[in-house]
Amino acid sequence: MEMLYIILGTVLVNNVVLVQFLGLCPFMGVSNNISTAIGMGLATTAVLTLSATSGWLIEHWILAPFGLQFLRTLTFILVVAAVVQFTELYLRKTSQTLYQSLGIFLPLITTNCAVLGVALLTIRENFSFIESLIYGMGSAVGFTVVMVIFAGLRQRLSIANVPELFSGTPVGLITAGLLSMIFMGFGGLV
Amino acid sequence: MIGAILLLTLMGLILGTALGYAAKAFHVEGNPLVEEVSQMMPGTQCGQCGFAGCTPAAEAIVNGDAEVTCCPPGGTSLAASLAKKLGIDIKLDSLQEGVVFAHINSALCTGCTRCYKVCPTDAIVGANKQIHMVINAACTSCRRCVEACPENCIDMLPEQATLDTWYWPKPKAA
Repeated sequence: MEMLYIILGTVLVNNVVLVQFLGLCPFMGVSNNISTAIGMGLATTAVLTLSATSGWLIEHWILAPFGLQFLRTLTFILVVAAVVQFTELYLRKTSQTLYQSLGIFLPLITTNCAVLGVALLTIRENFSFIESLIYGMGSAVGFTVVMVIFAGLRQRLSIANVPELFSGTPVGLITAGLLSMIFMGFGGLV
Repeated sequence: MIGAILLLTLMGLILGTALGYAAKAFHVEGNPLVEEVSQMMPGTQCGQCGFAGCTPAAEAIVNGDAEVTCCPPGGTSLAASLAKKLGIDIKLDSLQEGVVFAHINSALCTGCTRCYKVCPTDAIVGANKQIHMVINAACTSCRRCVEACPENCIDMLPEQATLDTWYWPKPKAA
């Protein structure tokens, strides 16, 4: 039951993008069509889950026993960068088309603050290993869901008759704001 | 203090080694020519060529989508070595002549207005059946007017020195 709360909480109530406002760069950058949004969501899911769990391992097995917690941010960034590099290598091997459509946004997952943010949040919330795994996965699923919803909206917006002044990114930002308000409505769920 | 240094060194070593092996395990056979060309590029990823970085630019150059002269930091030496590598003829003289501007030979100009219609920066002034002239400050040396002129009366020339633009010649190398 506890786990269900964490999943619901991360996917809907405390959604990384729309409620905590982390990871807005890929949210605006790679949401132009649904297939790339799904690809980006899956790549970020892998990175987020891996970095949240390895962050937990490093915190509890290395940093805490040696009293080196002040190195948390630095080591987490190191791990995130390595995981992203690995994801990039893996994607390049397995799906050349996805690799090319994600382009520069793939290495930029390193600087996606959602990834580092979630890893740091799991430590702050004092989760167990399984809880932090689920927390990381839930946040990643929340990110992917929002990416897909937003990409679908933007695909429709691109053929809609938007006033010239608002077409493109401005109407995208307004849509993101409305979507964020909708997600705030999940607030009382958990 | 020592522990922190040791920890970071160890983590760097472990992650670096793991990534190195992963890079070998997931190695993708790319076009070897692209890799060679991207090795020759400056590698600063400055993006002045209009591509996202040096590797995409190298791909475009190999595919023929971009000129070998598209890299400003690489300059003429890079253009020359790329041209040699890819077997392309480029006129290096045209790269070395410095800044040139369109110049309309007024003896031949018929005032057909074709050159100023193609000028992207409105650097050519004139009217129908009036001799045109070029405003150097607005000319970007794109050479579109040279192609458009039916009289072949436009040349690309260095700016005529005036008191404002003349400078001492550089000392000759010994």
